[in-house]
Amino acid sequence: MHPAFSVVFLTTLIGAGQGLFLALFTVESYAAFGLLPLQSDSFYAVGSGVALILLVLGLVASFFHLGRPERAWRAATQWRTSWLSREVIVLPAFMGTVFFYGVAHWTGFNPELAELPSGAPVNITAVLGTIGTVLAFALYICTGMIYACLRFLREWHTPLTVINYILLGGASGFTLAAALAAVEAPAVMPVLAGWALIITALGLVGRVATLIRNARLKPKSTLQSAIGIKHPKIVQKTMGMMGGAFNTREFFHGASAAMLRSIKWMFLVTAFVVPLMLLGMGLSQSAGGLIALAFFIQYLGLLAERWFFFAQANHPQNLYYQSVA
Amino acid sequence: MTQLALVIDLNVCVGCHACVTNCKEWNTSSPTAGPMVDQNPYGKDPTGTFFNRVQTFEVGEFPNTETVHFPKSCLHCEEPPCVPVCPTGASYKRKEDGIVLVDYDKCIGCKYCSWACPYGAREIDEHQKVMKKCTLCVDRIYDTTMTAEERRPACVRACPTSARLFGDIHDPDSEVSRAIRENGGYPLMPEWGTSPANHYLPRRKTKLRIREDELERADNPLKIDQQLPKPGKAEPSLDDVTSW
Repeated sequence: MHPAFSVVFLTTLIGAGQGLFLALFTVESYAAFGLLPLQSDSFYAVGSGVALILLVLGLVASFFHLGRPERAWRAATQWRTSWLSREVIVLPAFMGTVFFYGVAHWTGFNPELAELPSGAPVNITAVLGTIGTVLAFALYICTGMIYACLRFLREWHTPLTVINYILLGGASGFTLAAALAAVEAPAVMPVLAGWALIITALGLVGRVATLIRNARLKPKSTLQSAIGIKHPKIVQKTMGMMGGAFNTREFFHGASAAMLRSIKWMFLVTAFVVPLMLLGMGLSQSAGGLIALAFFIQYLGLLAERWFFFAQANHPQNLYYQSVA
Repeated sequence: MTQLALVIDLNVCVGCHACVTNCKEWNTSSPTAGPMVDQNPYGKDPTGTFFNRVQTFEVGEFPNTETVHFPKSCLHCEEPPCVPVCPTGASYKRKEDGIVLVDYDKCIGCKYCSWACPYGAREIDEHQKVMKKCTLCVDRIYDTTMTAEERRPACVRACPTSARLFGDIHDPDSEVSRAIRENGGYPLMPEWGTSPANHYLPRRKTKLRIREDELERADNPLKIDQQLPKPGKAEPSLDDVTSW
């Protein structure tokens, strides 16, 4: 497939935004049960603000993918059948929840609504955070399923696609949360950086598993089934046009095999190996700068990862577009 | 239920692209379908939106090769994978005749349906910024101001060798159903379970078998007793006798 930069930015930005929100609420939940010291409201407010900025940027990027952005509201209508439609509904719902979660912390308006049997208070932010957590995971699933549900794009048609969207978004979000905590709430930085390490490592496992799976895929469609002629030797002489078409632009990445290979190794190093080392160093030295650096390098790595994710998918329609004459 | 479809006879198609040009002509200039624009039509790399393409394949190894011309358009699948993924409902399959259509007023141009089509049947219109595809000339086949002969898709009308048949594949007595049944019609990429409505008829070897007794009358009475003497080379032939 041809990787569209609008979608590359959309999926990486909202993934990081969701991960950051999950990280914030993880810290708040720990604090609610007394596992971590309580943090100032400003940490949550600033974190929610940053998450919201990432989500808005992602939403803006997504509009560049549309031919008719002024009709985008229509995309919310087919949630019964279309994962894309579901994403269109869940994303604003999640953004709204993050907004109100941030506002509740910003203004300090956080009354206790109930009390758990253990005595832990249930505040408005706890309720909003729980709703946000559900929506964040729902959004990961929607985003992943947009690709995983296309059964003839076999590189994507696997549960690993959804798992990787959760893990990679979570990894960058937790790394960013750790970098923010280094400034706003140093006491929780080690916990967040530790989680970022674990999720990044899990992301590496998930992504390598996908790479191994995809390397072993055998195409289901062949030129024989595409035109229905049972002969082992068929060569396309012309695809019916010389100047190219939507079919030759949208479904080919246009990069060489060597380029594809080098991007694969590049993202494995920049999205996983380098951030893991920087997070480890930042954790041992309590250096927020190293963790911030880890986030930026990891985000660049994830851009390459997402580019590769699209480029690697081989669409069966390409069987019909092999020769210009 | 009706399922309109094309049946394309690969044994007959000569690859003249008349269906391509007539499709483009009708769908560009018809009063209701709107234009199908080109970019750079007179420049170096002309490109544009088409509903129909004729591709050419070489089957076999030289010198035992065959050239197969392969017209390709939307197959109007009975289980269209492009329809449920559409987030706006712009892509739909008509209940009454099974034609898969795009509502150009609802389409947001997200291209997701084209990803979901294994056949590459959909092309974006770079001018209108909406997805387009073969409509089976839905604005033609129901136009009662036309004669019955004209109420057929433009590609079918244009085909000089009648390689394209049009009709209801759910009606067992229709021309297309009979063609599929009797000539081994097959769908493309059956492995994805999309049940394409359009079918293709395979190449067939046409052989004329003539027996000896069909060349010479077996019951010729003159041959009962003896073979007729062959006339000598110098004898006058029939032409010499009659041409005066």
